[in-house]
Amino acid sequence: MKPHSVAIVGAAETTELGKIPDLSNIQLHADAALNAMADAGLKPSDIDGVACCREEPTEIAYYLGITPKWVDGTAVGGTSFLIHVRHAAAAIASGLCSTVLITHGESGRSNVAKARPPIHPGSLNGQFEIPYGVLGPPTMFTLPVLRYMKEYNVPVEKIANVAVIQREWAAKNPRAAFRDPITIDDVLESRMIAWPFRLLMCCLVTDGGGALILTSADRAKDFPKKPVYILGTGESVESRLVSQLESYTSSRAFKVSSAKAFEESGIKHSEVDHLMVYDAFAHLPIWGLEDLGFCERGEGPDFIMERNTAPGGKLPMNTSGGGLSYTHTGMYGMFALQESVRQMRGEAPAQVDGLQVGVCQGVGGMFAAAGTIVFTNQDP
Amino acid sequence: MSDYRKPLPQPTPETQHFWDGCRDGKLLLQRCKDTGKAYFPPRPFSPYTGSRDVEVFEASGKATLFSYVINHRPAKGFEDEAPYAIAVVELEEGPRMMTNIVDCAQTPEALVLDMPLEVAFETATDEITLPKFRPAKS
Repeated sequence: MKPHSVAIVGAAETTELGKIPDLSNIQLHADAALNAMADAGLKPSDIDGVACCREEPTEIAYYLGITPKWVDGTAVGGTSFLIHVRHAAAAIASGLCSTVLITHGESGRSNVAKARPPIHPGSLNGQFEIPYGVLGPPTMFTLPVLRYMKEYNVPVEKIANVAVIQREWAAKNPRAAFRDPITIDDVLESRMIAWPFRLLMCCLVTDGGGALILTSADRAKDFPKKPVYILGTGESVESRLVSQLESYTSSRAFKVSSAKAFEESGIKHSEVDHLMVYDAFAHLPIWGLEDLGFCERGEGPDFIMERNTAPGGKLPMNTSGGGLSYTHTGMYGMFALQESVRQMRGEAPAQVDGLQVGVCQGVGGMFAAAGTIVFTNQDP
Repeated sequence: MSDYRKPLPQPTPETQHFWDGCRDGKLLLQRCKDTGKAYFPPRPFSPYTGSRDVEVFEASGKATLFSYVINHRPAKGFEDEAPYAIAVVELEEGPRMMTNIVDCAQTPEALVLDMPLEVAFETATDEITLPKFRPAKS
C-alpha cells in the first residue's frame, strides 16, 4: 500500500480500565467504539467497515447498528488489531469501503460473558503441549528465555530491568494500573510464577477495550483530531505451538512483519522516534528491539539498561507503561496502538516532545503471530 | 478406569501411529523423502516440500535439553508435582518437542541446558503413553 494514503481519525479506550464488573465483554467493545466515534465526530451510520475478534464482526456490527460493506474477523491473538489496521488500510485504499471501525473489548479480569474458545484435546496444542502441564501464557511465552539467556550470557537481572524501566513510564500515566517505582530487587523478590519468571515480569490481567476509526488520507483533515497517517504495515504468523518455533532467541513473525512494514514505509531506523512493543512478558521488548533491527542480537538487554528506552532516552518505548504496568486485557495490541496514536497526536499522559514517526509492534499467541504499523503525524 | 487426572491427548487419524508407538515403547518420527529431514508433530506430508512421500521411522530417543521453565502454578492434575519443569527438548534427529523431565530434581541446578537426555515412556491410560525424558544414563 502507498504510504500516507490512509489515516486514523478516531481513537479511544473504554471509559474505565482495570476492574469493570458492570460491563460485559461485548459492552466493552461498544463502550470503546462509542468513545472512538465521539472522538471522530461520527455516528454508526457513518461507518461502513467493521473489524474485531473473539466477538464476531456479525455480533459487533449488529450491536452497534452498523451496516458494513467490509468486515474482517482475523483472530490471531493480541496482535489481531494491528493486522485489522493493515487490512482496513488496504481495503480503504482499494475502495472496498471508506470508514472502518476496529474494536476490542475483553472482560479479562471480571470474566463477564467473555468469549474464549476451548482448546480441543485433538488439536496440535491439545496433543503435543497441553498434556505436559502448561497453564496459559506464563508457562509458554516464557519458554524461550533460558535459551536466550544462555546464548547471549544475559543474567535475569537484565530481563527484570525491562519491568523497572516501564514502571518509570507508568508513573507518569494516571490511567496506569501500577504506578509506584520498582527496583530490579523488587522484581526478583516478587512471587515466582514460572522460573525464571516472577510476577512483576508478567503482564497484568484487566478489563477494558479500545477502538480505532480509519479513513482515507484525503478525508482525514475534515475530522476534529489531528490525523495519524499510516506509512507502512506488515503481518506474519509462525506456529501456535511454542515448542515448534524456529528460533528461541528471535521471532520469525516479528522479522517478516517488521521488514515488510519498514520497506513499505521507506523509513530508516534512525527516523523512528517512538516505539511500542507488545509486552506480555518482560522479554518481549528485547525480542522487539533485536528483531526489528534497532539493536544487534543479544544487545537488547543492555540497550534498555543504558536507558535508551526510558524517559529522556533516544528511543522512548512502551511509554504508557505497557502490558506490564498500564493495562493488559488478554489481547493488548489495541492498547499499544492507542498509545502510538496518542503520542503521534501529542496527547499522551507521558507525552514525548517533537515526535514524527512511531512504530507499533504486536505479538499474537506465543510468538505465533505478529503485526507491525508505522505511523506519522506529518501531513503528506 | 484410570485414575490419571492430567489432560490427555486425543489422537487423530494422522497422529494415531505416533501414540500407538509410544504405547509400544517406540518414539516414532516422520521423514520427508525429498529432503531426508525428520519432522514433528506428525502429519502425512512434508512440511518442507509439501510432498506426500514421507516415511515413519523410530527415533533414537536421545535428546538434549533445549529450554524450560519451572512452573509454580500447577495445571489440572499436576497439583502434587508443583513446582515442575515444562521443557522443550531437541531430538538427536533434529525436531524439538515439549515434554517433562523425569527422574531429576526440578531445580535450575539439576536442569542444565544442553544436558543429554533419553526418552522415558510414562503410561497414562490403556491407550495413551506420553514420551517424557530423563537424564541420559550413558
